[in-house]
Amino acid sequence: MGSRASSLLREEDIEEIKKQTGFSHSQITRLYSRFHSLDKGENGALSREDFQRIPELAINPLGDRIINAFFPEGEDQVNFRGFMRTLAHFRPVEDNEKNKDPTSGEPLNSRTNKLFFAFRLYDLDRDDKISRDELLQVLRMMVGVNISDEQLGSIADRTIQEADTNGDMCISFSEFTKVLEKVDVEQKMSIRFLH
Amino acid sequence: MESYLFPFDSLICMLLGISFTVWFTLLLHLYKPYRIIAKEPVSLEQEIQDMRRGGAEPEFDMSDIFYFCRRGVESIVDDEVTKRFTAEELESWNLLTRSNYNFHHISTRLTALWGVGVLIRYGFLLPLRVTLAFTGVGLLVVLTSIVGLFPNGRMKNYLSDKVHLMCYRICVRALTAIITYHDSENKPKNGGICVANHTSPIDVIILASDGCYAMVGQVHGGLMGVIQRAMVKACPHIWFERSEVKDRHLVAKRLSDHVADKSKLPILIFPEGTCINNTSVMMFKKGSFEIGCTVYPVAIKYDPRFGDAFWNSSKFGMVNYLLHMMSSWAIVCSVWYLPPMSRMEGEDAVQFANRVKAAIARKGGLADLLWDGGLKRGKVKEVFKEEQQKLYSKVLVGSTSFQSTNQD
Repeated sequence: MGSRASSLLREEDIEEIKKQTGFSHSQITRLYSRFHSLDKGENGALSREDFQRIPELAINPLGDRIINAFFPEGEDQVNFRGFMRTLAHFRPVEDNEKNKDPTSGEPLNSRTNKLFFAFRLYDLDRDDKISRDELLQVLRMMVGVNISDEQLGSIADRTIQEADTNGDMCISFSEFTKVLEKVDVEQKMSIRFLH
Repeated sequence: MESYLFPFDSLICMLLGISFTVWFTLLLHLYKPYRIIAKEPVSLEQEIQDMRRGGAEPEFDMSDIFYFCRRGVESIVDDEVTKRFTAEELESWNLLTRSNYNFHHISTRLTALWGVGVLIRYGFLLPLRVTLAFTGVGLLVVLTSIVGLFPNGRMKNYLSDKVHLMCYRICVRALTAIITYHDSENKPKNGGICVANHTSPIDVIILASDGCYAMVGQVHGGLMGVIQRAMVKACPHIWFERSEVKDRHLVAKRLSDHVADKSKLPILIFPEGTCINNTSVMMFKKGSFEIGCTVYPVAIKYDPRFGDAFWNSSKFGMVNYLLHMMSSWAIVCSVWYLPPMSRMEGEDAVQFANRVKAAIARKGGLADLLWDGGLKRGKVKEVFKEEQQKLYSKVLVGSTSFQSTNQD
């Protein structure tokens, strides 16, 4: 039976999410439909299995890490608010937003926040540093069995050498930002949401 | 008995057709966008090269992760596969509650229209259709059993064809299916296999009311079993026991034997193996394409505005589904008979299957997907992830040094 998904989402909730994330009203209702269709258990929250059921995500080498990014520390369920907060990182940066009210805090889709999202994908233990091991882990996920340990190790060493400025053999968030300062992060980490 | 029902029923179809042009002018203001995001089909290599900060050496860059990250989140928001297993979302509402996903209460006028629609559909159309359905099925069972008493020969085949066609046509009326057949000169002939995309069990009735086919399927119990046993008395259909279905060689052998006998009807097979929601064609299982006979592809496209024909078997049982079908406005569909295809030199079964699938998708205006319809219930194979990893590895170390570390 086609469900009246949008009727489960109240107007106040939509307004709050709009303020927090910057999505438009119709985008929020569309994404709620999507959330609802992924929620097979129909309990208003998504589990890791719900995400893994998406074939294109299951074959993504970094699929598990991306799924992890949706779940707050130690939790197994993500509700619609949390879902939208994470997706908000991928909203494109609009020009008219750049001059918005500075007291409202940094928007979720700012360049810094997008970079921080990517940083978190590397930094598994959330200690705000990417160690050599963590870098190796991500590299291994991306290449599978196709590259030897030595070669991968040297790639990791080279990367840390290039990025590390304070000599602690780890990459901090500011070093990460510096390395990527010429990359068009706003464009690469944005999804074109239609209205 | 049915003779006076037929012209009456055609009249209903015509009236429905006229009323629809009226409904839709009223409904036009209900346009709703149905795509959430715009995706660009760029390959992995392309994207990562673009992201490299100018340097030509194939090396790791910390920004490589952006590609996978974005693709991953895009697939969370909108992916090609999971949406094929639920009914297609409509751009504008067709006054059926079951298609109502995002449409809130717009106006009292619309609700009134909907109310009138309900009255017509449930009070008038449904009882009429149910009567026809019972008549059709009943006649099928009785008449095929009678034909079964005849000795094998041309007379029996002729009668069997006539009986099957008549009963299927009654069933088509029972669903008020308005079918347009295209390119009938390509209709399947004896000794071949007819393959079509699968949306619902009604596909069978739609095809079989325009031509005679040998059906393939599992033996069921209950009413289905009764129908199956009666049908096979009149002409040879291929029914498999549950245990036999697992044995691929047995299945292939029975199909080849049937096809080799030119006096037997063409076999009707749905290679997707499961119902897909008619917006795409998913992977064709290679079994039917290994037999080595002529394949007659058929494309079936339903018009979702009149009633969604997709059977979501995890949500609705068969009876529920049929009731939905019989209380929709109508089932409107187009059938295209494509020219026959055979396996070419040097082509294996999988390539042949993909070629046929592409032809069907193109004709029916459906998306051609490589994904397996079995993903409805099962998990995706690891090998696809490994392919992605291999691709990225190639970009990382450059294809020349990749060969030396390649393990196959």
